[in-house]
Amino acid sequence: MSEKSEKSERLSVFKTYKLYVGGKFPRSESGRVYEVTDSKGNWLANAPLSSRKDARDAVVAARKAFGGWSGATAYNRGQVLYRVAEMLDGRREQFAAEVAAAEGISKAKAAAQVDAAVDRWIWYAGWTDKIGQIVGSANPVAGPFFNLSTPEPTGVVVVLAPQASSFLGLVSVIAPAIATGNTVIVVASENSPLPALALGEVLATSDLPGGVVNILSGRTAEISPSLASHQDVNAIDLTGADAGLAKDLQIAAADNMKRVLRPRGAKDGDWSADPGLDRLKAFLETKTVWHPIGV
Amino acid sequence: MAFEYAPAPESRAVVDIAPSYGLFIDGQFSEAADGKVFKTVSPSSEEVLSEVAQAGAEDVDRAVKAARKAFEKWSALPGAERAKYLFRIARIVQERSRELAVLESLDNGKPIRETRDTDLPLVAAHFFYYAGWADKLGHAGYGADPRPLGVAGQVIPWNFPLLMLAWKIAPALAAGNTVVLKPAETTPLSALFFADICRQAGLPKGVVNIITGDGATGAALVEHPDINKVAFTGSTEVGKAIARSIAGTDKKITLELGGKAANIVFDDAPVDQAVEGIVNGIFFNQGHVCCAGSRLLVQESVAEEVLDALKRRMQTLRVGDPLDKNTDIGAINSAEQLARITELTEAGEAEGADRWAPACDLPSAGYWFRPTLFTNVTQAHRIAREEIFGPVLSVLTFRTPAEAVEKANNTQYGLSAGIWTEKGSRILWMANQLRAGVVWANTFNKFDPTSPFGGYKESGFGREGGRHGLEAYLDV
Repeated sequence: MSEKSEKSERLSVFKTYKLYVGGKFPRSESGRVYEVTDSKGNWLANAPLSSRKDARDAVVAARKAFGGWSGATAYNRGQVLYRVAEMLDGRREQFAAEVAAAEGISKAKAAAQVDAAVDRWIWYAGWTDKIGQIVGSANPVAGPFFNLSTPEPTGVVVVLAPQASSFLGLVSVIAPAIATGNTVIVVASENSPLPALALGEVLATSDLPGGVVNILSGRTAEISPSLASHQDVNAIDLTGADAGLAKDLQIAAADNMKRVLRPRGAKDGDWSADPGLDRLKAFLETKTVWHPIGV
Repeated sequence: MAFEYAPAPESRAVVDIAPSYGLFIDGQFSEAADGKVFKTVSPSSEEVLSEVAQAGAEDVDRAVKAARKAFEKWSALPGAERAKYLFRIARIVQERSRELAVLESLDNGKPIRETRDTDLPLVAAHFFYYAGWADKLGHAGYGADPRPLGVAGQVIPWNFPLLMLAWKIAPALAAGNTVVLKPAETTPLSALFFADICRQAGLPKGVVNIITGDGATGAALVEHPDINKVAFTGSTEVGKAIARSIAGTDKKITLELGGKAANIVFDDAPVDQAVEGIVNGIFFNQGHVCCAGSRLLVQESVAEEVLDALKRRMQTLRVGDPLDKNTDIGAINSAEQLARITELTEAGEAEGADRWAPACDLPSAGYWFRPTLFTNVTQAHRIAREEIFGPVLSVLTFRTPAEAVEKANNTQYGLSAGIWTEKGSRILWMANQLRAGVVWANTFNKFDPTSPFGGYKESGFGREGGRHGLEAYLDV
């Protein structure tokens, strides 16, 4: 048969990377894309270059999802987060390849990062129904009153994902924010957005309600100012901002008293370290309820 | 019927106000570097009570240096020793509480009944509570050996001068910080008396520094490069300016700002109790309360009944001499605040709301405002949106619990809320839905040192009181 000699190597199918907003996968409304390369400068894909309008759409989606997600039982949120870990675990090889390409590290190191990321989802999944018992309190007031302080999610949180750690760092900033019931708009690592955009595909098949996590790719400095000044955003995590941008964003955030998590220097460098409770506590409010005691 | 009351004034003789006060820096009183002073007046009589130093940037710097110098030893003291200083302060406050209550009523204008029964007991309790934390910080949930931040710059308002000082200084010192505190321009005296309590307690010099002045003094303090912590209670506008000013620094910040609390009355609430709660919610401390229940949301089916009872009750409120033990509503704290209340209430009328106030005589001197309520208020009216910070209640109605929640949360603020209903499950549902840091169900305006206080949204961030209140002063 002559067929064998004519057969060439199979041409791979490229993936069109899209944003993840409100549970759907839109392109940027601006129609723009930018070229994403690996650490050696080879073309990997075109990623959506999000506009300010995309950012505003993401806020609308996050706000819409907040009531349901914050109102879900902590047990249910834990189940959903665990499901995310299950879905990720099945796609470890894909993410390892994407992380290796994005960060220019070996396959083995990338695989270790992905494993750590899966484990981190599981760790945070287990926190959803415990954090309230750790940070809440029953307060012995000097009078005949029931008095209880409980944590509640801050609301819609903008997360500027770490620029260097495209996946473990990304997961480490998203998971704690949603574990406590917030909904988030994530601005992916500017140069390495592909693992983040691929994470959207995992979240979409993990029972996570649409809008709880919204993922944007593009220029951090272009998208983030409109998010930092957005009146319907309650908090902003500046991890992925450099010092100059972080200062500008913090000033903008003061306009509606957003809670601000500043870049934390060395603490943000080593994502493999035990994260502690800092990020779980960063986007929680304490509500204290009083009621008289009597017959 | 109206009861006649004979005057029952508390004696002023218990307090001895000096004609002038300096800045309390490094354990000593001294004049401002440029010699500037300002007068503090009694808002109920416009009598000048004393002249106090106006701290400038040079004085702020000197105070911060003193606090920095004191920090090393203070933070290194065993917690049990810091605790004993704070216990001493709590006890001295208790001993001198009558003097301080009278002083506070004179300088602030609030009724002696409130300074005597609310402010001063809470001040002593706050120091007593945080004293006990000083040697137990490792059990507070912030790690085995949490460290203090350093020097705290604290700026407090005029509505509860000494109580806000206690909320700021007690946890800061317990955690091992040293402080520079600026009391409000119109109410500096109780903080200066507190300096004397520090002296009596033998507190090491420089641990507490009190500087008096205006907004410029406060700005110089929070913007000083060598402070590690900013704590501010006051207006949302100033809070935002402070939040901007610390951008790009490592300063830790807590802000306790304005509010526009909804006090929600359902049709099954016992009317008399609810009316007492409404009155306490908005007329306590002349309505100069960030968590005041300034928006009454009453269920439509009982609106008329509740409003009739409320108006009857308001007719019995006694407005007048803060030192009279029968006074319910004292003086407005300043001419400036009176002008703001007047302007907003005029806007309420101009925008179409109906104004009502009981007939009552007001003293001829001083700053006064009748307890006032507005009906036919819409959510768009300024009196439903802006913090009036005075004895003015805006009344709105609702039909369903969902509508009550929507209206209650329709504000930039989120400090407090009230719920009046006999139905337990509804209380808990409402409490869950309300975006506010403190929810009072079938009560209002209750405070306790063990109970965290602070807001959601533009009412600020961080908590004061309780175990939560320590976090603001620890490096965590």
